Amino acid sequence: MTGTPHTDILRSPLGRARGLGSARAGSHHWWGQRLTAMALVPLTLWFIFSVIHLSGASHQIVIDWLSSPFTLALMLVLIVATFHHLQLGVQVVIEDYVHDERTKMGAVLAVKALSVLLALICIVCVLKIGL
Amino acid sequence: MVAFNLPLNSRIGQGQTFKAPPGTKRVREFKIYRWSPDDGKNPRTDTYEIDLDSCGPMVLDALIKIKNEIDPTLTFRRSCREGICGSCAMNIDGGNTLACLKPIDAVKGAVKISPLPHMPVVKDLIPDLSQAYAQYRSIKPWMQADTPAPPDGERLQSKTERAKLDGMWECILCFCCSTSCPSYWWNGDRYLGPAVLLAAYRWIADSRDEETGQRLDELEDPFKLYRCHTIMNCTDTCPKGLNPAKAIGAIKQLIVERQG
Repeated sequence: MTGTPHTDILRSPLGRARGLGSARAGSHHWWGQRLTAMALVPLTLWFIFSVIHLSGASHQIVIDWLSSPFTLALMLVLIVATFHHLQLGVQVVIEDYVHDERTKMGAVLAVKALSVLLALICIVCVLKIGL
Repeated sequence: MVAFNLPLNSRIGQGQTFKAPPGTKRVREFKIYRWSPDDGKNPRTDTYEIDLDSCGPMVLDALIKIKNEIDPTLTFRRSCREGICGSCAMNIDGGNTLACLKPIDAVKGAVKISPLPHMPVVKDLIPDLSQAYAQYRSIKPWMQADTPAPPDGERLQSKTERAKLDGMWECILCFCCSTSCPSYWWNGDRYLGPAVLLAAYRWIADSRDEETGQRLDELEDPFKLYRCHTIMNCTDTCPKGLNPAKAIGAIKQLIVERQG
């Protein structure tokens, strides 16, 4: 169209619509986001209630609480689910709004790296206290 | 990145005002987006004062009155004037709808009209829908079956099978939904948008079609399908009362279902 940014594209609309074709992927990402979301509802509630319950407790009681295999396992699941969910969600936001391919890839990789790093730090901390 | 301001050549200025004849009792203002590719000027908003006593009840009636009696340069698409052709889709009072189905009385104050959002404008209220039509073409909106049709009749469907198409065959492809979707605004070059995905599901749900798996393969893509974030503007705005968001949800569900 005259005067619109589309003047320089002569490829047919159908060619543009088909683009690079279907990636035949994306369902795992989407489903993973739903599953972690569902898992995080009880996990987060459990964590919040536990912290409230433990408020004012002595150092030793908190250590004992975290050292029980049940608590430790739930804590690890909570950490993995949280950071996995975070990483999946922020990736979608970046893909929505960042349109330069290089910046997009850089940002997505940075978020994934940061999520893995933060998750590992949390896991190490929890294990150090709990084991 | 996403742009928060319109480009300089798209900023909308103040246009002319066409006053109602003196002595008019029921006056209603229509503020209409105007842009012409020929004069090299920025878009503007023209104001038309309409005598409601000599105008039909719908927004389209007012547009036709303006074109016939006040300003013949006003450009818009219309055809059937009864909500079946989808030509007069535009943004009225902040929502996408068909001008022929929108009563003037349903709008409070001045009636603001602009073209469907975020599409290239051909002129005034006419958006360029070539890309949306091509996206529709890309999902192969026709029956694909290897089994030949019976030589002596049509392909049969049970009543239950046919009922699955209700709420989808009614779509008139006015693209009110797609152009109301923020995800389509930001990524319309790759995201198919609610109108096209509703059409895609119409064929996936058709018991006579035999390419269901192939159709799902073609849709499973982070952009073509999964840019839908269930914002629901599509369902909210559909002038035919359809539910594209539900159809998109059904496609996502089927793709998960076939994996386990």
